[in-house]
Amino acid sequence: MTNSWTDIKNTDLVIIMGGNAAEAHPCGFKWVTEAKANRGARLIVVDPRFTRSASVADVYAPIRQGTDIAFLLGVINHCINNDKVQWDYVKAFTNASFIVRDGFGYKDGLFTGYDEAKRDYDKTSWDYVIAPDAFAAVDETLTNPRCVWNLLKEHVSVYTPEMVERICGTPKDTFLKVTEMIAECSSPTKVMTSMYALGWTQHSKGSQNIRAMAMLQLILGNIGMRGGGMNALRGHSNIQGLTDVGLMSNLIPGYLTIPKDQEVDLETYMSTRGFKPLRPNQTSYWQNYRKFFVSFQKAMWGSAATPENDFAYDWLPKLDVSGYDVLRIFELMHEGKVNGYMCQGFNPLLAAPNRKKLTDALSKLKFLVTMDPLDTETARFWENHGEFNDVDPSQIQTEVIQLPSTCFAEDEGSLTNSGRWLQWHWAGGTPPGEAKNDNWIMAQIHVRLKELYRKEGGAFPDPIVNLDWAYADAGAPTAEELAKEVNGKALATVYDAADPTKVVAEAGKLLPSFAALRDDGSTTSGCWIYSGCFNENGNNMARRDTTDPDETGAYPKWAFSWPLNRRILYNRASADLNGKPWDPDRKLIEWDGTKWTGYDVPDIAPTAKPGEVGPFIMNPEGVSRLFTRGMMRDGPFPAHYEPFESPLSNLVAPNVRGNPAARVFEGDFKQFAEPASEEFPYAATSYRLTEHFHYWTKHCRTNAVLQPEFFVEISEQLASEKGIAAGGWVRVWSKRGEVRAKAVVTKRIKPLICDGKPVHVVGIPLHWGFTGVAKKGFGPNSLTPYVGDANIETPEYKAFLVNIEPVAGPAA
Amino acid sequence: MNMELSRRQFLGAAGAGVAATALGAFGFGEIEAAHAEAIRAFKLVNTTETRNTCPYCSVACGVILYSRGDLKKGEQAEIMHIEGDTDHPTNRGTLCPKGAALLDFVKSDTRLRYPMIRKPGSDKFERVGWDEALDRVVRLMKDDRDANFVEKNDAGQTVNRWLTTGFLAASATTNETAWETYKVVRSTGMLAFDNQARV
Repeated sequence: MTNSWTDIKNTDLVIIMGGNAAEAHPCGFKWVTEAKANRGARLIVVDPRFTRSASVADVYAPIRQGTDIAFLLGVINHCINNDKVQWDYVKAFTNASFIVRDGFGYKDGLFTGYDEAKRDYDKTSWDYVIAPDAFAAVDETLTNPRCVWNLLKEHVSVYTPEMVERICGTPKDTFLKVTEMIAECSSPTKVMTSMYALGWTQHSKGSQNIRAMAMLQLILGNIGMRGGGMNALRGHSNIQGLTDVGLMSNLIPGYLTIPKDQEVDLETYMSTRGFKPLRPNQTSYWQNYRKFFVSFQKAMWGSAATPENDFAYDWLPKLDVSGYDVLRIFELMHEGKVNGYMCQGFNPLLAAPNRKKLTDALSKLKFLVTMDPLDTETARFWENHGEFNDVDPSQIQTEVIQLPSTCFAEDEGSLTNSGRWLQWHWAGGTPPGEAKNDNWIMAQIHVRLKELYRKEGGAFPDPIVNLDWAYADAGAPTAEELAKEVNGKALATVYDAADPTKVVAEAGKLLPSFAALRDDGSTTSGCWIYSGCFNENGNNMARRDTTDPDETGAYPKWAFSWPLNRRILYNRASADLNGKPWDPDRKLIEWDGTKWTGYDVPDIAPTAKPGEVGPFIMNPEGVSRLFTRGMMRDGPFPAHYEPFESPLSNLVAPNVRGNPAARVFEGDFKQFAEPASEEFPYAATSYRLTEHFHYWTKHCRTNAVLQPEFFVEISEQLASEKGIAAGGWVRVWSKRGEVRAKAVVTKRIKPLICDGKPVHVVGIPLHWGFTGVAKKGFGPNSLTPYVGDANIETPEYKAFLVNIEPVAGPAA
Repeated sequence: MNMELSRRQFLGAAGAGVAATALGAFGFGEIEAAHAEAIRAFKLVNTTETRNTCPYCSVACGVILYSRGDLKKGEQAEIMHIEGDTDHPTNRGTLCPKGAALLDFVKSDTRLRYPMIRKPGSDKFERVGWDEALDRVVRLMKDDRDANFVEKNDAGQTVNRWLTTGFLAASATTNETAWETYKVVRSTGMLAFDNQARV
């Protein structure tokens, strides 16, 4: 989230699209209710199903799953055509005026540079014209036909209300009503917030769904504003934290990146990470990259990371592909190329797509290690549970080691919520049996592995035996010790860069914030964006002061919000070019003539003059991007692509199937149903229920009582066409597998009319498996296709094709 | 006035035995006093309160754990009740149907209690001690790493990677566990490293 849960109360208009907050984030959704009750805010819900969120909406717009980009570009098209643009914001704070290279273009669903064999683009032309002064060329009058604004105008022109209705199945009058409500927020004193979740990410173009809304929010001037922003409602309690700390194939904590093979030394690695400003006077904060990186290396390898050995640069593994994400790992496992796998509190047998493929893949492992407080299906993938896990244990040679870990109530430490608040929690109970906390388990693995390497030698032991491990008890680091390491400390006295007589941090002390990081090896920090969380003032994540000056919803002394305790990202953009708030009633920070002051930590240098330094300090441009250059794999603008399995061909680009830049493994393409398939005619989607959390709460008696049993949800019309009775049993199958379930026949789903034809939606909730106290059942992953988003490989769970028929139920 | 809340606030200070009298003294009517008397003794008296957050979605509602016994005093502590934290700015004491049933997660029958090993081809888990389980894990890791570690690629560039074992991190461990896990996993050269952000 750019903003926080409590900030939602400041909004005028909420759009929930790609999520269902009332059901999946109920106590956060309360802030929508507050905004409605106290400010007269309105709520729009756009969803294939009439959800719990929709039930309290002012306007509900149905949409076919997987067509959000067509809808959103339709809204942008309307705003441009009807002059519903916050012009001062767009001209000053976005790259609308930047001039794009002549080679760049878009035609028939493809951007320039497409290589069909590689399913990838040569992105050279997706860039600005760079003037002789080494800055990007701009045309502030927006008259140059090659400026971003005019290219965008042209790009979205195909998405008329009529085209939106044909693609999305949203009736034109409903679409126009929603569009007009949104367009009102182009006023500097009207603000919309976007709340989305996995309904946007779990698509083969998930990243571009989010970009499309971000672009709309920029055009309306809603980024950086109280009550505005792009608010990703993360699904799990610390998935924001796990991402921030970089537990991904290609990441180093704080959104630094793992080097590639050809980046053979630190200088080569840094040569493409200079982040030189693209416009005069701009901050381009990533210019400090080397400080963050060197401080990370020092946190990893301490005194063994020296200037002479490039701060142990060679000890990091190098990537030969874009990343070994979970889909690629299971693909390699399926090919028999992986021997060992370790799952720490993750249940991939139900969470990754194409269950059959996952079982086959796990069965090829030599060993599987699980660490979890609960008995997961993954740990028991080899055990026969009849139709719910139809395997023969004697044929599975995988050794499985199941390690019992503590749960939240028996563990201490911080979690990062959706609003970037790092909140500390304390242990209140004794773990059951011999369960141990994760810190102990991971330390034991490291210490014992290190001991084996010391005794036996072996392949390149240096990074293991030299890992900095200065904990009081090497076998059991405490949460506080680890938190201080994340924050970072001074190894030698750190002086102010501008005034060498001033000491920023004495040697041995915790650093006040990442502003104190240096690139000479004199500082450490495990995750630079978290620096400041635990400094010489103490554990700031444990703060519990509920003071909220003028009730802005910021709660600046509650816990710690990264970065630097900033509550609203890009808050400099809440003020105009002269530093005055766009909306005096929504003041966040303002320029007092010499510095920025206000309710939040300014997202800009405190003395950076308005009119000179742009608000988007992480970008070398200093402004936000409506056109993303070559930063995304599938295009610098979003474009409508159908899901890989779709009831329709692509109406704006008939020859393009799916997202042309999404990675598809060879065997998986054969397992996709054809577009407009007669064999699989129904458009399925997956979702959560408010009574359950993922695959955890089926282990909890109360939740198992509230929603005991797997079901699928269909419309009265489809039920009548197929002769399915409410509560009757059905078989649902895709090209990859089948499930049996009771049918919930409902008015919450209605057929959509897309391009003149009815499209029936089949809803498939997750939450059931074969362990726990709820009735045994299936997850949607028995049916879903093995393909992910082109940029980040989130599986396409929200849009796929199935067939359905009534069947006799199990014998009573 | 909210009867339940006032009762709780008061009892927190004074203990259960004097509840009916004190409520009368505070000006409640006889009906309320009779009602209070009919309620069984307040079960959270003498419990230890611990601040925590809900482990499910990322609203991160504040919760209070009530336990018999106090970990900070080195005692065994049994959690007997969990409720929303009224001081928390986001949830202000409210919980959803998932958070309201958190005690059932803590006390679930399918909580794991002991390390287990399932041997190749076997149809059951067998209980083992921690030392045996952990020594087996690191033996399997080391043997695979030593056999398959890649120091240089075909072009002769130093790559120091280990691709034949992978690690999948979760979504609800603490940031501190995440950092420690990062250190342990990356130091082995593993690249097949991912978390639950995608699903």
